[in-house]
Amino acid sequence: MLVDFNFRVILEYLPLFLTGLRSTFFIAVVSIILALITGIIACSCRISGIKIIKYPAIAYIEIVRSTPLLVQIYFLYFGLPTLGLRIPEIQTGILALMLNSGAYIAEIIRAGINSVDEGQIEAGVSSGLNYVQRMRLIILPQALGVTVPPLLGQNIVLVKDSALLSLISVMELTRCGQTMTSERFMPAEAFLTVAFFYMCIYFCLKALADWSQRKLIFREAY
Amino acid sequence: MISFYFGRLMEIFPFFLKGLWMTSKIAFISLVTCTLIGFILGIFRSSDSTILKRVVGVYVAFVRGTPFVVQIFIVFFILPEWGIQLDAFTAALLAMAIMGSAFICEIVAGGINSIPRGQWEAATSSGLNGIQKLRLVIIPQAMKVILPPLVGQYVLLIKDTSVVSVIGIMELTRVGWVTVVRIPEGLMVFTLVGFLYFIISYPLILLSNYLEKRMAA
Repeated sequence: MLVDFNFRVILEYLPLFLTGLRSTFFIAVVSIILALITGIIACSCRISGIKIIKYPAIAYIEIVRSTPLLVQIYFLYFGLPTLGLRIPEIQTGILALMLNSGAYIAEIIRAGINSVDEGQIEAGVSSGLNYVQRMRLIILPQALGVTVPPLLGQNIVLVKDSALLSLISVMELTRCGQTMTSERFMPAEAFLTVAFFYMCIYFCLKALADWSQRKLIFREAY
Repeated sequence: MISFYFGRLMEIFPFFLKGLWMTSKIAFISLVTCTLIGFILGIFRSSDSTILKRVVGVYVAFVRGTPFVVQIFIVFFILPEWGIQLDAFTAALLAMAIMGSAFICEIVAGGINSIPRGQWEAATSSGLNGIQKLRLVIIPQAMKVILPPLVGQYVLLIKDTSVVSVIGIMELTRVGWVTVVRIPEGLMVFTLVGFLYFIISYPLILLSNYLEKRMAA
């Protein structure tokens, strides 16, 4: 079993894995920033009273949430060229992750805004604040505490989701494992190393999420 | 040109229904096994035994910390190296069971932990034994907390069955992937695939929203 685990080959492939790790890191950071922007825009459309922008936002969020990410990735990967758009795989991948996570982030932010008590809004209205002021001064500061922990959780999901980009041959961590498997036929060494790197990322992000949760509960208590 | 491809797509539509059937089969079997294993592990995780808690905790951390596609590769490529022969279908079900039960375990443990200590003590003083306490007192109350996220998790599990296409199982996503090679209309083919997934998972999303509202009231 683990007796003939070949560490020498892992060491030999370590530079490749580090490139993969860097690539996964890059994809995750870029997609999370873009997804956050998408999420904020989608959420503002979703909660607005104007029907022309509200219903498309609902459709976008619900469609993304009820179809698998892999299908969305293939949809863009095979679909964009038929529209005459030829962009590199990595950009297709980032686009898919951005649209996917954006919908989930929109729902997280909406849940945060809805968690603010109705009375707070009424108090804002009777203090003579307009919509933008109410949002900026009353709702968003309170919603932030509820929103940040699940947002960091979505971060973890996004890093794991980026593994699916290996299927459209983006050279990230999982793809490195596949490369090593096909070159040396050592799947155990390859994929356990890949899993190890993902675990490292997971524990860092998990520590961050737990820390933010403690901080925010602390703030709420006082 | 598009109408020509649309006609061809309709010709091979039965092929998609076969894929949908395969997806439903994998989803159904894994939802049942995941729920069973998940509940048992969840009860272990919320038990007083430190060793059980730790062991389940490590398992959950490993599953939650790695992408599902990597887990499938580990099950499918590594187990045969260690002398366990698996066909693709069994490997897919095994990977789904391992992944899903870890997530359901956390939901169940969260539900059980939300029940106040007093309920346990009341059950003990009523002379109930360990299993009776769980079955008659704790689980029925915990279900209120467990049910909405559990249905949400079912949606995620159904969507995750698309990933088992990487080991060559002819389910919906794989059917789309095979089709797009012969009918080069990616948008059309994967809109159809997405629509079929939508039919299965959207009712469950609505159910989850409904339960959330009802249980909160």
